[in-house]
Amino acid sequence: MLSQTEIDGFAAPDAAPEAVIEARDLQLVFETSDGPVQALKDINLTIEKGEFVSFIGPSGCGKTTFLRAVAGLEKPTGGTLTVNGMTPDEARRARAYGYVFQAAGLYPWRSIARNVRLPLEIMGYSKADQESRVKKVLQLVDLEGFERKYPWQLSGGMQQRASIARALAFDAEILLMDEPFGALDEIVRDHLNEQLLALWARTEKTIGFVTHSIPEAVYLSTKIVVMSPRPGRITDVIPNTLPKERPLDIRDTPEFLEIAHRVREGLRAGHAYD
Amino acid sequence: MRQSILPVLTVVLIILGIWYLAAAWMNATWTLQQAERAEQTLTTVEVLQDTMQQDRPKLPAPHQVAVELWETTAEKKITSKRSLVYHGWITLSATLLGFAIGTGLGILLAVGIVHNRAMDMSVMPWAIASQTIPILAIAPMIIVVLNSVGVTGLLPKAFISAYLSFFPVVVGMVKGLRSPAPMQLDLMRTYSASQSQVFWNLRLPASVPFLFTSLKVGIAASLVGAIVGELPTGAVAGLGARLLAGSYYGQTIQIWSALIAAAVLAASLVGIVSLLERLTLHKMGMRT
Repeated sequence: MLSQTEIDGFAAPDAAPEAVIEARDLQLVFETSDGPVQALKDINLTIEKGEFVSFIGPSGCGKTTFLRAVAGLEKPTGGTLTVNGMTPDEARRARAYGYVFQAAGLYPWRSIARNVRLPLEIMGYSKADQESRVKKVLQLVDLEGFERKYPWQLSGGMQQRASIARALAFDAEILLMDEPFGALDEIVRDHLNEQLLALWARTEKTIGFVTHSIPEAVYLSTKIVVMSPRPGRITDVIPNTLPKERPLDIRDTPEFLEIAHRVREGLRAGHAYD
Repeated sequence: MRQSILPVLTVVLIILGIWYLAAAWMNATWTLQQAERAEQTLTTVEVLQDTMQQDRPKLPAPHQVAVELWETTAEKKITSKRSLVYHGWITLSATLLGFAIGTGLGILLAVGIVHNRAMDMSVMPWAIASQTIPILAIAPMIIVVLNSVGVTGLLPKAFISAYLSFFPVVVGMVKGLRSPAPMQLDLMRTYSASQSQVFWNLRLPASVPFLFTSLKVGIAASLVGAIVGELPTGAVAGLGARLLAGSYYGQTIQIWSALIAAAVLAASLVGIVSLLERLTLHKMGMRT
């Protein structure tokens, strides 16, 4: 299955022309004081350009670890992992992705506009370019008019939107989101889910999205990856057959409930023997 | 603000009350001895009156200290050798210079400790050890050593003051520079930010609240350092010199007024730092 070039970390362009993120037999073992912990075992997954892939599973299933490995924040101990055909480290240097963390993590000493500008400053964009990009992404997340506000003056949902704008500012093809709405209440979360779908449709990014919530995963994704812990592994990959146009009340349709049911089954199967 | 006035005044009144009682009690012995020698018998009121107006009381009464303070600040020209303002300025200049040196040194050491593992392991134990040496023991040594290499005047005192003030700055800044959450550092890594970019954009601004807390401790320590630095030199000027001269000649009123002046000076310095803190954090947009 693996060509030599893939093993070397460079996917042959004709082998998987659309693959953006590709994991083959990926292993990741953490050395802890209690001995080694297998955080990821035999992960095989291909994420194609423009997909919205959700990772769902109980704590410790490795969903966040996988996302961090894609970002080059964790080092895999075996197998291959490529991002845009490069190693995660190379991809990071090539600014292949923007990362959204669970907490908005805005700098309290920077205004919203200057928070969004932070990656641009670090990456050395010109002043004029910074200006126009900040304006554009703040519009994209519906935060125009809040440029001069400080983070503490914004609600939690708005802060998280600002942090998404920050991740989008340098226009990376891939958006990695680690439970971005986990700390928000359900009403705000619904609203942000809707906005995220619209944003995805407009920007055609490839999105990797970690979540605890079955409805959220089913509502957002084109593909749902169900994971289970000890060792962290993939138990099911569910293609989402819902149409691309998804109003919030699609969540009451039989198709939606059917997919949600399959996700729930997958989660249960992963827990069968503990 | 208004709510705190009453409790503060109450405490001040209680302290003054205790002070007057203590003064009467401690100074009465001398009054009675004098009366015995002069073969007089004094009424209680006379005894009490005398305890409040001795020239060299064991414990001067608050109003005596207040009068002395008034005479040596408002009623003397500030260039006069008898003016507390003059002596205060001498000490203050050493304090500020020492504080500047100590703060600079403290920040540099903290930056080194946070970025360099070898410094982390080696500098901190020495910094802690330096603070366990009694300042009274090392102050004369510093002055003697510096004198022998020709450094005299303000600098030796400033060094002692810096010796005391760098430590809280190191401790606070190390904590402050390490205060960003792992998530914040990960975010910087996703931007492939360099170490200096992480420092200027994240670590330094995040450390500012910690820095100001340390500066408040540091500036008070600086003042103590400057005063202690004046004691072993037989300095002729400065609050320390006033304390020393007062104790040579049993001028308790002078000692107490110098003490009060030092306390007021320290409180004002800490107050100024607090004000700067509020202004800086407000300017940085942080909620204070």
